[in-house]
Amino acid sequence: MNTRVKVALLWLLVPVSAIVLALVVSSLVLIIIGENPVSAFRSMASYGTQPNSLASMVNRAVPLYVAGLAVAIGFKMNLFNIGVEGQYRLAALLSAAAGAAVSLPAPLHIAFIMLVAMAVGAFWAGVAGVLRVKRGVHEVVSTIMLNFIATGLGAYLLANYLRKPRLPNELIIQTRPIPPSGGLPSLAVVGGEDLRSFLVIAIALGIVVYVLIWRTRFGYDLRATGINPEAARASGIDPNRMVVRTMLISGAIAGLIGMSDLFGFFHAYTLDFPTGLGFDGIAVALVGLNHPAGIAVAALLFGWVDRAAQILDLEGIPKEVIIITKGVIILSVVVAYEVVRRIVQAQEIKAAAEATRKLEAQKEAVAA
Amino acid sequence: MSWAAVDTAQVEGEKGRRLEARRILYLLGLVILLLSAVRSFTGASDLTSSGTYGAALRLGVPILLAGLGGLYAERTGVVNIGLEGMMILGTWFGAWGGVEFGASWGVVLGILGGAMGALVHAVATVTFGVNQIVSGVAINILAAGVTRFLSVIAFTGHGGGATQSPQVTSSLPDLTVPVLAGGKPFGWQSPDLLGWFEGHHWFLVSDVAAMFRGFMAELSILTVITLLLVPATYFFLWRTRLGLRMRSAGENPVAAESLGVPVYAMKYLGVLISGALAGLAGAFLVLEAAGIYREGQTGGRGFIGLAAMIFGNWRPTGVAAAAGLFGYADALNLRSALAVHALLLFVAIALLALGVWYLFRGRISAGLLSGLIGVLVFVWYAVTEDVPRQFIFITPYVATLVVLAVASQRLRPPAADGLPYRRGQQTA
Repeated sequence: MNTRVKVALLWLLVPVSAIVLALVVSSLVLIIIGENPVSAFRSMASYGTQPNSLASMVNRAVPLYVAGLAVAIGFKMNLFNIGVEGQYRLAALLSAAAGAAVSLPAPLHIAFIMLVAMAVGAFWAGVAGVLRVKRGVHEVVSTIMLNFIATGLGAYLLANYLRKPRLPNELIIQTRPIPPSGGLPSLAVVGGEDLRSFLVIAIALGIVVYVLIWRTRFGYDLRATGINPEAARASGIDPNRMVVRTMLISGAIAGLIGMSDLFGFFHAYTLDFPTGLGFDGIAVALVGLNHPAGIAVAALLFGWVDRAAQILDLEGIPKEVIIITKGVIILSVVVAYEVVRRIVQAQEIKAAAEATRKLEAQKEAVAA
Repeated sequence: MSWAAVDTAQVEGEKGRRLEARRILYLLGLVILLLSAVRSFTGASDLTSSGTYGAALRLGVPILLAGLGGLYAERTGVVNIGLEGMMILGTWFGAWGGVEFGASWGVVLGILGGAMGALVHAVATVTFGVNQIVSGVAINILAAGVTRFLSVIAFTGHGGGATQSPQVTSSLPDLTVPVLAGGKPFGWQSPDLLGWFEGHHWFLVSDVAAMFRGFMAELSILTVITLLLVPATYFFLWRTRLGLRMRSAGENPVAAESLGVPVYAMKYLGVLISGALAGLAGAFLVLEAAGIYREGQTGGRGFIGLAAMIFGNWRPTGVAAAAGLFGYADALNLRSALAVHALLLFVAIALLALGVWYLFRGRISAGLLSGLIGVLVFVWYAVTEDVPRQFIFITPYVATLVVLAVASQRLRPPAADGLPYRRGQQTA
């Protein structure tokens, strides 16, 4: 078999084995609590393949996908942007407030809100990048701290400056609503469920990220720094500049995570705005092996599991079992990834040694 | 600044350490003096009340436990971002044990719950060589999910629900030092000497009495154990053979292995102790602070513990100081908005004094910067009536970032902290 095919198959083994293991573990958990796993999975499968469920799956997957992209671009050069969570929440809050404050024609309005979100996300991630480059603060620590600071700062800004004036007996705390020109209509209505049109932007974003990482000079530098920082430095890549630029790009993408919900559903930043997408993004990036196509599959998988599990409560099975399923997928992917990486590396070393030996033998033959 | 100086002590050895201890004592004395001055001037009695010190202790304990947990893992070279998740497991198992078998079993199960999370982390990072950050993040996600699921099957329909447990009715014993801090040992109403001093609001005398009373009245047994863990950790890691081996795994695993230290075992031990302490922190939150398990109860304290560990320069006394500081800020925030506002005055004066000190030592730019920030804080104090609560919430995180940004050259994490290690590798 061709080595490239073999290596590709090995990589494919990572998510497949993780999913199989997750199914086994969740079945065991279901059996322990006295439920029948087969009937549980069967009802999930039939509910999850209804048209409205599929639309819901895509809607759930889109923010996860964007979050996965934001995380993955950092991972590609061993940069851990744990701060995606804080970046997108602050970006969603400030862009929602900015979007409500201006009135522009529709396409410009959308673009304006997205630009504000990207700028906020990039700024917040950039703080971590600059701290790393200028002061040697590891980005994992600084982004964790910045997540909490973003939460506190956001709550402060929302409560004191960005909040919509309340009607007498209204309890909701939220920003002023964005006018209709700053919202996106749904792409289609599938089985009564809106398919949100931010999907199109997310797909475009995925292509841009793919091109950026695999087809540009910047992407080459990025991957080279990730694989071997010393070699990259020796060949003239400035690691400091790479760190700052990658953090800025990662943060800018992170800023877009909340946009699908903002444009398609909430039209304001409310206290119900989804949280935790940044951390889910880390999971999606890991399961998707940091590749835009893999991340898309992982995001769809997680979106589908979330949606399909809603039926379990009706069957009297706690739907929380899927959180365990997802957790097992994440953990076994990272372990399997590491194992496969080492196998592939060992093979490469062996192949290189083989090639060198052949070359030596040839040289000797020529000399003789 | 003590965190920067701790490092010098490490280099200069015993003599330096004794000088250092004296300097820290002087500094502590100055802080208490300044606090009582600000208290008398502003009339914000909660700034130095025994209630505030007691609350600071209660709020600081989980942070301290998590911080010490982080210390054990990182001293063996394993970064533990999963502290938060292990603490979450500690809260759930602590509550379940407390409800089913009583509070002391809650403590045991909380510790075991945290250690279980740590075992996953150790298997992934040490045995399989998975990136430590990745594994930690995965454990945080997994812990939140597992506890939600467990709550649904164990608490729903038994007086709790998917996000909270039934009330834990049994409790752990409290300690109060009789004669000095009151209490009722064996039904005898003891005098409360320190409380009497505190009640008179005499400058300095009452403030010091209040501090001691806060550390002597109604102490949970877990608080006492936690405080004892600080010197115990120092002794264990720096004065025993096993401790030395554990630290050698975090400083230079290749050299340690060549000398026959079982590096993997040391790392396992460090991570397991780390998880056990985080689990104990979770159990404390449930059994001592709230009396009930609620989802999200940890509120990022695992991460604050991590911050305290960095702030404390990877040393037990430093971690304790940082945890105390964060706990104090939390306690003031809970008890009195007036005192939080008065604290601004304290910070302003302290920064100005620091600025003068820098100028005196010839560090012009540092002195001017410190003085300028001091003036700004003073203006803030003068023109506002209170401090937004959210600002107190972010204080530990901002403080940690500032310390890292200003003093990262002075901090000294273990040399091989966070680096993957495979048995038999040739170079670090």
